Amino acid sequence: MLLKIAFRNILRNRRRSVMSMGAIAVGATAMVLFGGFVATIILGVQTDTVRRTGHLAIYRNGYFTFGSGNPAAWGMPGYKDVLAMVRADPVLAPMTNVVTPTVALFGIAGNFAVEVSRTFMGAGVVPGERDMMRRWNPYNLNYNRGTTDSGLDDADPSKGVLGAGLARVLGLCEALALGDCPPPQPKAAVSDAPVAADIAALADSEKAANAEPVDTRPHIDLLAATAGGAPNVINMVVSRADRQGVKEIDDAMVIMHFDLAQQLLYGRGEKRAVAVVVQLHNTRDMPAARARIAELIKARHLDLEVRDFTEIVPFYGQVLGMFGAIFSFIAVIMGVIVLFTVVNTMGMSVMERTAEIGTARAIGLRRSGIRRQFLLEGWILGAIGATAGILLGILLATIVNRAGLTWLPPGQSAPSPLSVMIDGMWKLHAGIWLGLMVMTTLAAIIPANRAARLPVVDALRHV
Amino acid sequence: MTDSPAVRLDAVEKTYAEDGLRVTALAGITADIPRGRFVMVVGPSGSGKSTLLNLIGCIDRPTKGTVEVAGQKIGALSDDALTDFRARAVGFVFQNFNLFPVLSAYENVEYPLLMLGLSGRERRERTMAMLDQVGLADQARQRPNQLSGGQKQRVAIARALVKGPSLVLADEPTANLDSANGEAIIALMRAVQREHNTSFVFSTHDPQLMSHADEIFSIRDGLLVGHTTREAA
Repeated sequence: MLLKIAFRNILRNRRRSVMSMGAIAVGATAMVLFGGFVATIILGVQTDTVRRTGHLAIYRNGYFTFGSGNPAAWGMPGYKDVLAMVRADPVLAPMTNVVTPTVALFGIAGNFAVEVSRTFMGAGVVPGERDMMRRWNPYNLNYNRGTTDSGLDDADPSKGVLGAGLARVLGLCEALALGDCPPPQPKAAVSDAPVAADIAALADSEKAANAEPVDTRPHIDLLAATAGGAPNVINMVVSRADRQGVKEIDDAMVIMHFDLAQQLLYGRGEKRAVAVVVQLHNTRDMPAARARIAELIKARHLDLEVRDFTEIVPFYGQVLGMFGAIFSFIAVIMGVIVLFTVVNTMGMSVMERTAEIGTARAIGLRRSGIRRQFLLEGWILGAIGATAGILLGILLATIVNRAGLTWLPPGQSAPSPLSVMIDGMWKLHAGIWLGLMVMTTLAAIIPANRAARLPVVDALRHV
Repeated sequence: MTDSPAVRLDAVEKTYAEDGLRVTALAGITADIPRGRFVMVVGPSGSGKSTLLNLIGCIDRPTKGTVEVAGQKIGALSDDALTDFRARAVGFVFQNFNLFPVLSAYENVEYPLLMLGLSGRERRERTMAMLDQVGLADQARQRPNQLSGGQKQRVAIARALVKGPSLVLADEPTANLDSANGEAIIALMRAVQREHNTSFVFSTHDPQLMSHADEIFSIRDGLLVGHTTREAA
């Protein structure tokens, strides 16, 4: 009977009830759309980050805090044992997708054919394992977030890939068929003086003696300081240039074969790795995997530390925090709108039904019964409004996802698809529904209490 | 307890404070209203009839004095206890009918039974019997806005009596009805009062209705100025 009365009272003033439910529905729709959009961004950033850095990285103790400026000096000597330890551990094995060594380095990249050079930051990777990391996609993000092929070859350690910006700076536009390139600059004459005849003859004879097949692939020279401090130069064949997303990285990135990076960083000395990277199947396993690796390190008394990707890439945490704050702000605004709308609706309802409240109280309905009646009406408004809003949000999200819209996220050089996540978002949707119900309840409590506290005689006198 | 009157009033006073002024609605009334009687409270407008009925109906409390209804002193009861007492023992018939507009005639009559925790079957039987008694069994599904004034008041009478209260209060129940309907309603109330042996107390300032009363209490300026008793026919 209580439910029947509540429904009929809601239908009694249809327009007002529809307006209230509409306000609740708009709030729910906005939160479903924005929440889905934020989830897409966060999972997208997580996917990009984990593809690039893995979930966990094992460093020599202190590298993370002090050594990133001098990776050569902070190399991990027994990295092969560490790789074997992690790969063979029965606890970690079911969780891990890739365990791979990596080298980080800095130096100068030069294309002396066109007499240009600039500083670079580099990474040495095992191509096959890096390719496997780049295919990590547990959230089934159904759009292309960069190629999954590293452009390197396990069998050919001479190859490397440049950031598209760096390739342009080094004058490799034509060789790598890049777009957006400046017109070729005229080459400045070094000297107009004629070469002495005896030196020219010597050069010609040297060329003839050292004649080899000419490598037509584009290549650059990389200069870096070895662990011992001596300069070292290697030649790298550039197989491709990839856009790196962030311009600063795009203008400086060199990704090369692990062996080539080791050769550059350690020369003829002991080959080391800067880090052992661990990529897991699922991010939710990260705390357990981290704890296990820390346990193994401690048990073997190794001078190592383990860090997760949120520490390695603080940007991830900042993105999470920023969007979390924006979502909370929107949720609070929507909540306040719902609160005032329902307070207003229920308040008017109490005023119009004052005599009925008096009658019910005179007949024998307790104050709690009156309170229950109005709370139930508030809940029904909230439940219908929130359910309709969530369904509308899902419908609009589906339309947006199929529309193929794109946007340029801050700090990115390439547009990303505008996508609103729906699948697997039931927790968010349930949270929005419950949150709106809580707001509706809070909003209904005030007029419900007012109705319950009305003196019976005064209520009956109300016209 | 069974020998106690339906209502016992002992030096009952009721004052209101309005805009800083003390207004005395009842200035000390002492009276016993016997059980099973058809009682009228008469007096001009503003004499205190409605205030007296509110106190007897347990929807208001006296400023001074004691009110005892069906042997129960109401002054000491908590709000919930007083509400539960009303649910069991007191029925109301209002001048403006006060039916719930979202409920049908049947549901309006059934409503007080919900507070007594009766089974669905018992509620159904008692509701239909009561509607039948007031001649509205065939109008059970109608909403109040589909009923005439007289029919609404019949529903209100059925609602007041369906729970079998020891006391029914009616504040000017015929004021919004034409004279023919008013007479019919009073006759109906008289009939069901006799059948259920319930104490009926209603207020009126219509002298024509006084002939139906077993007892008449006259009040003026908040004081009891007359008490006439007639033997039941």
